[in-house]
Amino acid sequence: MTLIGWLQIAVVLALVLASLVPLGRYMAQVFTGGRTWLHPVLRPVETGFYRLAGVDPAREQGWHSYAVAMLMFSAAGFASLYAILRLQAYLPLNPQGFAGLPPDLAFNTAISFLTNTNWQAYGGETTMSHFSQMAGLAVHNFLSAATGIAIAMAVTRAFARSGAQGLGNFWVDMTRATLYVLLPLSVVVALLLIWLGVPQTLAAGFDATTLEGAQQTISMGPIASQEAIKQLGTNGGGFFNANSAHPFENPSALSNMLAIWAMLVVSAALPITFGRMVGSERQGWAILSAMAFLLIAGVGVVYWAETSGNPLMAALGVDPAMGNFEGKEIRFGQSMSALFVAVTTGLSCGAVNAMHGSLTPLGGLVPLLLIQLGEVLPGGVGSGLYGMVVFAVLAVFVAGLMVGRTPEFLGKKIEAREIKLAVLAVLILPMVILGFTAVSAMLPAALSSLANAGPHGLSELLYAYSSAAGNNGSAFAGLSANTPWFNTTLGIAMGLGRFAYVIPVLAMAGSLAAKPRAAASVGTFPTDGGLFIGLLVGVILILGGLQFFPALALGPVVEHVLMLAGKTF
Amino acid sequence: MLTHLRPAVVLLAAFTLLLGVAYPLAITGVAQAAFPDQANGSQIALDGKVIGSDLIGQSFASPGYFHSRPSAVDYNAAGSSGSNLGPLSQQLLDRVAGDVAGRVAVPADAVTTSASGLDPHISPANAAEQIARVAAARKVTPDQLAKLVADHTEQPMFGLIGEPRVNVLRLNLALDKIAVN
Repeated sequence: MTLIGWLQIAVVLALVLASLVPLGRYMAQVFTGGRTWLHPVLRPVETGFYRLAGVDPAREQGWHSYAVAMLMFSAAGFASLYAILRLQAYLPLNPQGFAGLPPDLAFNTAISFLTNTNWQAYGGETTMSHFSQMAGLAVHNFLSAATGIAIAMAVTRAFARSGAQGLGNFWVDMTRATLYVLLPLSVVVALLLIWLGVPQTLAAGFDATTLEGAQQTISMGPIASQEAIKQLGTNGGGFFNANSAHPFENPSALSNMLAIWAMLVVSAALPITFGRMVGSERQGWAILSAMAFLLIAGVGVVYWAETSGNPLMAALGVDPAMGNFEGKEIRFGQSMSALFVAVTTGLSCGAVNAMHGSLTPLGGLVPLLLIQLGEVLPGGVGSGLYGMVVFAVLAVFVAGLMVGRTPEFLGKKIEAREIKLAVLAVLILPMVILGFTAVSAMLPAALSSLANAGPHGLSELLYAYSSAAGNNGSAFAGLSANTPWFNTTLGIAMGLGRFAYVIPVLAMAGSLAAKPRAAASVGTFPTDGGLFIGLLVGVILILGGLQFFPALALGPVVEHVLMLAGKTF
Repeated sequence: MLTHLRPAVVLLAAFTLLLGVAYPLAITGVAQAAFPDQANGSQIALDGKVIGSDLIGQSFASPGYFHSRPSAVDYNAAGSSGSNLGPLSQQLLDRVAGDVAGRVAVPADAVTTSASGLDPHISPANAAEQIARVAAARKVTPDQLAKLVADHTEQPMFGLIGEPRVNVLRLNLALDKIAVN
């Protein structure tokens, strides 16, 4: 670790911090129906869309109706994306003449982009036509992110409103998130990326004759427009197989900083939006502090582990000065790789600029754990906020148990129904992750996909199902996941991780919205101070972390011990 | 249920046109007009022939050129990938031992594959280690090459942002200008 390295990390985090208040307040304005400076351009588009779709923007939806609308929209998205991928060969903009995807891969990819996971069982530049990338995948990068934001806003209104039946209107929230938040940011980020060197063309690529006379075919495409929303929407699905490590997705240190800023900024600003909408920005900052604390701790561990390096390589005569450099790029170095690793998994982004499967054991433990903690640090756009609200509800419940009072959060009494729904939601992750990993670990058809033996092989399985259920999308990519078993089970894991989580959360929001909002009294546990932040961090670590500790002990933890003992596989 | 069908289908179609067609095409138009060089892959031409991209690494094998890092895909720029081998992998350690070939204190980037398999850069230490071999093959003095490497070493912006690095293709192009291969 170097001082310069930490300063680089600080610069990126400071740029994010400086953007939070303006963006958070802007989003609060968007979702409370206020006028923004983009209204003259976007308002006619918005109302035009409502007219075409027969949506009455003033009509409120209860949680049930809101959830059904969300599910219908997702089902329509799944059907259209599946069709595009299967029929790719007959659709335009396919300069390389790629064939349609087989059914299991199309199923997996459609679910993946629909759930904001962007798990990629394929290599982009060897599988997808420009049309599939632009009109298929990138569209869902926007819409799945907008769906996440919409649900977060519904959950926010459950606390902002008193004795209300409605949580807002899904169509309005989703449309506004796309038009007023994601699209304008994407245009700006895409243009900056192109300036920094990211290609944007409809050509397939070009051929070069190297100085030694060899031929090199260099793939290109409409990369920048997709890269922008891939980061901003915490999607993470790269145009290329190597994702943000590919020089055309991420050409320089500056583009890397922009990529990290873009993937963090919306998720980190949403707690401010939440705070503003419930009438206390301080509450937003308290939630954000808990997220930032755990995230920065994660960055520190990855940075330390990776610069400490791999003693087995040093023993072979490799200079340990650069740390573990397998699967890393020179232009990012250790500090910007470490920051990217922690941020992309603390968020449910899953873009990678270093190969997670080649990290040192403890360096690889961090992304795995950050995903398993529930993708709330600060989590995917929208999904991070509603996930954090679930943890906050559980935290005040724990506090209430300790002092023997009915817990309250933001003036809403937290009772048996809310706690049951919150626990139902948080149980989805361990059930799906540990269940599928356990079955795969006993199945010869699954084990033949592993590229690494020993504990790293178990980590590859554990990481795959964590990434899928957590809707992250990054991988220990030694696993050859493009098989019917993994395409199917990971697809199911992604679907459950998104929808089986969201439905109890919306039900909890519906029940909370209907309650009256009580004024704070002297007996109210303040949820915007240090004590609450500490309690929240504790609940996340205990609830999210302990469930996975036995599995982690058999994977990265034992791998670290074996590395120190000099054992190889 | 059915009341949600029309908005679901209509909004999906409208957004596909806006986000999947209008947005990328508009960005492509602006990119091709304002930043044609970057938008088309930062191509490098020599005597009117495209020899590569500023951003994409290439394989160099002859002793008279500086060599890029090992690549898991042999610099196939139509199929990027890292090795994805874990730290205890015998396959990884055998490969590294082969590339180290008995030397000591080898710069790590000289024997590790990059994440993309297309890293265009090497570390200054890696370049320095190759000077003796290249100088012998080209029949120039090591000092001349040391200066060339120094001239082609990009430093962090403001001394802070980025890493010291050498673009291998740019370095080899400059090398061809000062000495015959």
